[in-house]
Amino acid sequence: MSQRTVSSPPPRQGGMGGGPMAGLQGVSDEKAQDFRGSLKRFAARMRPERVIVALVIVLAFASVFLAVLGPKLLGNATNIIFDGFVSSQLPSGVTQEQAVAALEASGQTDQASMVASMTLTPGEGVDFAALARILAIATIVYVLSSILSWGQNYLMAGVTQRTIYRLREEVDAKLGKLPLRYFDSSSRGDVLSRVTNDIDNISMTLQQTLTQLITALLTVIGVLAMMVWISPILAVISLLTVPLSFAVTMFIAKRSQPHFVAQWKWTGTLNGHVEETFSGHDLVKVFGHRHQSIADFDEANERMYESSFRAQYISGIIQPALTVIANLNYVAIAVIGGLRVATGSMSLGDVQAFIQYSRQFTMPITQIAGVANVLQSGIASAERVFELLDQPEETPDDDPSIPLDAPTGRIRFEDVSFRYLPDAPLIEGFDLSVEPGEIIAIVGPTGAGKTTLVNLLMRFYDVDSGRILMDGEPTMGMRRDDVRRSFGMVLQDTWLFEGTIHDNIAYGAADATEEEIDAAARAARVDHFVRTLPDGYETLLTEGASNISAGERQLLTIARAFLADPAILILDEATSSVDTRTEVLIQQAMAELRHGRTSFVIAHRLSTIRNADVIVVLESGRIVEQGSHDELIAAKGAYYRLYRSQFESAVDDGE
Amino acid sequence: MNQLLVTYLRPHRKVLVVIALLLLIQAVANLYLPSLNADIINEGVVTGDTGYILRVGGLMLLLSVLLGIASVVTVYFSARTSMRFGREVRGDLFRHVEGFSLSQMHSFGVPSLITRNTNDVQQLQMLVMVGLTMMVLAPITAIGGVIMAMRENVQLSSLLIVTVPLMIAVIGFMLYRAIPLFRAMQVKIDRVNGVLRENLAGIRVIRAFVRTSHEEERFAEANVDLTDTALKVTRLFALIMPTLMLIMNLTIVATIWFGGHLIADGSMPIGNLFAFQSYIMQILTSVMMAVMTMMMVPRASASAERIQAVLQAVPEIAEPAIALDVPLARIGRIELRDVDFRYPGAQDSVLNDVSLTLEPGTTTAIVGGTGSGKSTLVNLLPRLLDVTGGSVLIDGVDVRDIPLEELWDLFGLVPQRGFLFGGTVGSNVRFGRPDATDDEVWDALTVAQAREFVDLLPEGLDAPIDQGGVNLSGGQRQRLAIARCIVRDPLIYLFDDSFSALDYATDARLRGALRSLTRGKTVVIVAQRVSTIMDADRIVVLDNGRVAGIGTHDDLMETCEAYREIAASQVSLEDVR
Repeated sequence: MSQRTVSSPPPRQGGMGGGPMAGLQGVSDEKAQDFRGSLKRFAARMRPERVIVALVIVLAFASVFLAVLGPKLLGNATNIIFDGFVSSQLPSGVTQEQAVAALEASGQTDQASMVASMTLTPGEGVDFAALARILAIATIVYVLSSILSWGQNYLMAGVTQRTIYRLREEVDAKLGKLPLRYFDSSSRGDVLSRVTNDIDNISMTLQQTLTQLITALLTVIGVLAMMVWISPILAVISLLTVPLSFAVTMFIAKRSQPHFVAQWKWTGTLNGHVEETFSGHDLVKVFGHRHQSIADFDEANERMYESSFRAQYISGIIQPALTVIANLNYVAIAVIGGLRVATGSMSLGDVQAFIQYSRQFTMPITQIAGVANVLQSGIASAERVFELLDQPEETPDDDPSIPLDAPTGRIRFEDVSFRYLPDAPLIEGFDLSVEPGEIIAIVGPTGAGKTTLVNLLMRFYDVDSGRILMDGEPTMGMRRDDVRRSFGMVLQDTWLFEGTIHDNIAYGAADATEEEIDAAARAARVDHFVRTLPDGYETLLTEGASNISAGERQLLTIARAFLADPAILILDEATSSVDTRTEVLIQQAMAELRHGRTSFVIAHRLSTIRNADVIVVLESGRIVEQGSHDELIAAKGAYYRLYRSQFESAVDDGE
Repeated sequence: MNQLLVTYLRPHRKVLVVIALLLLIQAVANLYLPSLNADIINEGVVTGDTGYILRVGGLMLLLSVLLGIASVVTVYFSARTSMRFGREVRGDLFRHVEGFSLSQMHSFGVPSLITRNTNDVQQLQMLVMVGLTMMVLAPITAIGGVIMAMRENVQLSSLLIVTVPLMIAVIGFMLYRAIPLFRAMQVKIDRVNGVLRENLAGIRVIRAFVRTSHEEERFAEANVDLTDTALKVTRLFALIMPTLMLIMNLTIVATIWFGGHLIADGSMPIGNLFAFQSYIMQILTSVMMAVMTMMMVPRASASAERIQAVLQAVPEIAEPAIALDVPLARIGRIELRDVDFRYPGAQDSVLNDVSLTLEPGTTTAIVGGTGSGKSTLVNLLPRLLDVTGGSVLIDGVDVRDIPLEELWDLFGLVPQRGFLFGGTVGSNVRFGRPDATDDEVWDALTVAQAREFVDLLPEGLDAPIDQGGVNLSGGQRQRLAIARCIVRDPLIYLFDDSFSALDYATDARLRGALRSLTRGKTVVIVAQRVSTIMDADRIVVLDNGRVAGIGTHDDLMETCEAYREIAASQVSLEDVR
């Protein structure tokens, strides 16, 4: 029932690759187009949180500083143990110098220089008091670091959630301000994907990247500083692994990227095929298309497997490759560090601290690489959302506006021209006068664009030139809400929302009393069928409302219009897939609703057309004729032909 | 979930063994490295033997490279296996659903079946991928780490008795709190997205009734609700990493303290302290990794359940067990004998005791109110549904005994909604007969009253059709669907309310053109409009699943109350006659 309201839809707005797959695939896998610009713009959205973000950064600094201090403290603790251990090996009573001399004399020069570099009290054991002191400090440092890190995460959780909350709010508000033209000209799936999938993706990105990025960057800097401080030579070796890691990551990622693209492409194809086959399940079977359909599926499935296997495998190499590099680094530190301790140019505790640092060093680098990846996809989504936020809005209402207090239903079209596309004129110099209570029938063959007039009347679209007057005043000068409030609309597209039947009827007027709702329900002939439902008016309508029939849905929309009690009505008589008895009810209800109101009827019934005060005839979206039934018959034009064909088909049907 | 994994991973068991072996090698190598490092300190540094340091260093280097190669091979096999797993589950699901009856399709719901065939499989496939490496590597490393740590020093290892359970308890508690929150969050995300979807679908109505601000409030409510839950989850997670890091760091502090005493006693060489610390780190990181992987399990197991439910549903439309002994006559005579149909679990039958014979060369129209069983009746003929009582016979053979392909070959179906497939006008018309010539396609389009608008398309037969045919109007879709049926030249035509989107004039012209084409064929038309069916050879009136009358228009006007009611309401509405 997704009846298109625009007969010749304007081309989809460019820039998003369009196509049926665009909506299916959801979050785009394409790279952001202006990465820096969008990143900046996104960062700007966090401005309201800047005080907290600053606090988070301070906390991160403190927490990372403490965490980085830890291994050095533990290294010092190890030194105390090692010193004590070596001391206990030496005979008591000799001085350190004497011990060194003894070692040199025995030819153990390396050991001698190592012992020389230590602070030893030969004969003494481990200084446990000193060890306890330093370990106590380490404990405090670690506890504090964890608390600070928790505080930082805690605050950041608020920042990200509030930022996403505001983004959702803004997007929703934007949807309320966009002109109908935007919705008519872009695929609903694509818009929906922007406001749901893309925002979800941004939210994921924010949660995953922000804290990690801050901590990772700070950790790299802090650890590097510590490493340089402990041993510049080892630091240089560790530093060499950084560009190497990046180069390897880039090298591999570049090779896996095309496979990822292929994977998403085939995922899209496969999803599309599954959707189509399951939706057209009956046709696929009866038209003997099952084998072909399975073959097509297998083809897409196989290709998807091939590409996703390659993508996963190739990108999966990154981790082992980085581990190898990290292990090489570890070995290099162990060997060179070992040699340096043996020659006395470095303490054992420092080597141990260094090993810990080098582990802490590779982790954030891998993290940053991962974050960069996630960020790419997040920014691509942000760009799609920004694109929506940048769409031109409806022109604001005039201020002060022309008041419209008690519309009588008098309407005038004065020399109205309108076109959806600049080079496809639809309505040119249209004039029409409607007195209160008159019926205007809009007729034309299927797909003639009968809803264009509705669009203009209700200011879903604005006229290009000319004026539409209500009670003598131009609607362009009024508030859109006032104009729309004076209309009631019953369309073929029976939109109901998820809620009870009662609430759906009450949708017509925000402040309606229960009696009024009751009266509207009765007038619209819904009371009877609602009472046969087990939950009556409290029956919950599900999305798409499949628990009541199409005809009953239409009756509900009539009840809604009754309640709104508008001066002017817009009715669509088309009632396909409605059984005849319900159709009678719909006709009765519509007739009662029309009573005493100006009505624009998209007419399908001869009775309505003949009773109409004015008939407006459309052909391929254009108004080709207007006048009363008799006038138009006499003119022998489009209406005459249409009338004949309808009359004939209805009367002479038995050949 | 286990059952699904076992079934689909069993064929890959050899590869799984290889993966497990490779992972074992990795775990051992990983664990051996710190022990070598300890040797460097104990044997090399303490004794000042630089040659030893270099020798062992070389060994460590070799080991690292081997480790790297082993993990690349592992990644190769695990990526291959998990992606094959996905491919096979997807393929089986798809084939399985192809055997479903219409009522099975509806009871699962088409959108849900699509999700199960795509996203759910994806979820499970990722779990297999990560699981194959993490789930195996983490326990091996953890257990191996404990063994190695104990080898270094048994007394010091008793620290692990405190640390590991503490860690698991912390993680367990967090998961216990987080999983319900995660579920709640998913529901709330769906809610927010649901409101947005509704707003987009109903934008005209919302604006017409000036309810934009009301909708914004509704959205804000859902948004606040979601944000609150999301905040709870993220704040809970803010606690996990700092806590785990703290436990790990404090364990190392404790190791140094107790290790210091052991070294002072001379009961442990100093290098072992280093090795021990490395093991602790490895054990604790594997526990953390395992837990992070476990986070995927609840979601994946929900997916597995949904997949299982589909695979376990027995396709209702099964091929006949035995082949036909005589070839099908292919005359097109359809007989319904005491047919009952009831949806599973439903209280009332849709069709009750319906007996009918449809002769070749005649047009039978079926009318009746909504829910009277018209479409059900039509769906029973090509076995889109199977009877729950009685039987349907074609040319004297029960449809359930006719091989499916042969049965379907008899029919041309035009369903209620003019569903089109993505492709071109031509590919859609040729859907049931890929070898139809261009001339045949144009002829069919002419009869279906679609030639006029296809002619206007610049690309003609090659004009693209979007998925579902959304770029065409309802009437255009329906006419192409009719052309698709005509080009097949079937023995039996089924029109299920196929003319409703057409205006009267097109409807009349179309039926006129069809008349000569369907001469000698069996034609079944379900319709709402009396004008559409008045000229049928026979009209069957259904009322609440029972046959309320059979006859021509004139017969029924006299004898059938239900038919009179329908006709009277329409004729008065049409203002004609």
